[in-house]
Amino acid sequence: MDDFRSRVERERSYLLRYAALQLRDPHAAEDAVQETLLAALAGEATFQGRANLRTWLTGILKHKIIDAIRRASREAPSASADEFEALFDERGHWVEMPAAWTDPDASLEQKRFFAALEACLQRLPQKISQAFMMREHLGLDTDEICKELAITPTHCWVLLYRARMALRECLEKDWFGAKGK
Amino acid sequence: MLSCKEATRLVSQGLDRRLPFGRRVALRVHLAICDGCTHFKKQTEFLRRAVARLGNPAAEP
Repeated sequence: MDDFRSRVERERSYLLRYAALQLRDPHAAEDAVQETLLAALAGEATFQGRANLRTWLTGILKHKIIDAIRRASREAPSASADEFEALFDERGHWVEMPAAWTDPDASLEQKRFFAALEACLQRLPQKISQAFMMREHLGLDTDEICKELAITPTHCWVLLYRARMALRECLEKDWFGAKGK
Repeated sequence: MLSCKEATRLVSQGLDRRLPFGRRVALRVHLAICDGCTHFKKQTEFLRRAVARLGNPAAEP
């Protein structure tokens, strides 16, 4: 089993290149490959006796890629995943690195902090704040959120990422940055 | 080598699922040398603590 697992794992980079070529979206490609590897490990018995592991894995991956393309066309790309583009340079490095927040937990003792946090939450687009509150306030896991909002896990992670990026910016500007002034 | 942009995505996803082994290692290597992303990670974890308390009269001050 472990031997099978490591043989499968060794094909990851090949599969990633294959998926990235067709999906043009590194995160969708990563997800498709991850799903493929999981399916392959669960289906070891199906593989028994076939000649070529890579061919077999690629066959599974093709189905995952088709699923991903279908999903992408259903979830009309919202605004683009790159609304935070300006925060990073062309090599993907921070234009302005986040600085440390001094003693953030002390803020949790202040009523005014929660007012600032709520104001920041209200500025998020509705679907993003819904997903974020389900996750961080209600403590649901991504599967449950996907079901409730009728979205895919990948889409869900994107929403949560946007929420965190936007809230971090907002608190930095309205609370942590303003505090010292 | 991960870019900061990729690293922030992984930090965020890491709060929502167990990252695949390779991603986890890549992220750890990146965080070891990148202060900006390390701050980002701490801040997203702080957000989690803060939002969990939001609107809870017992926990909010």
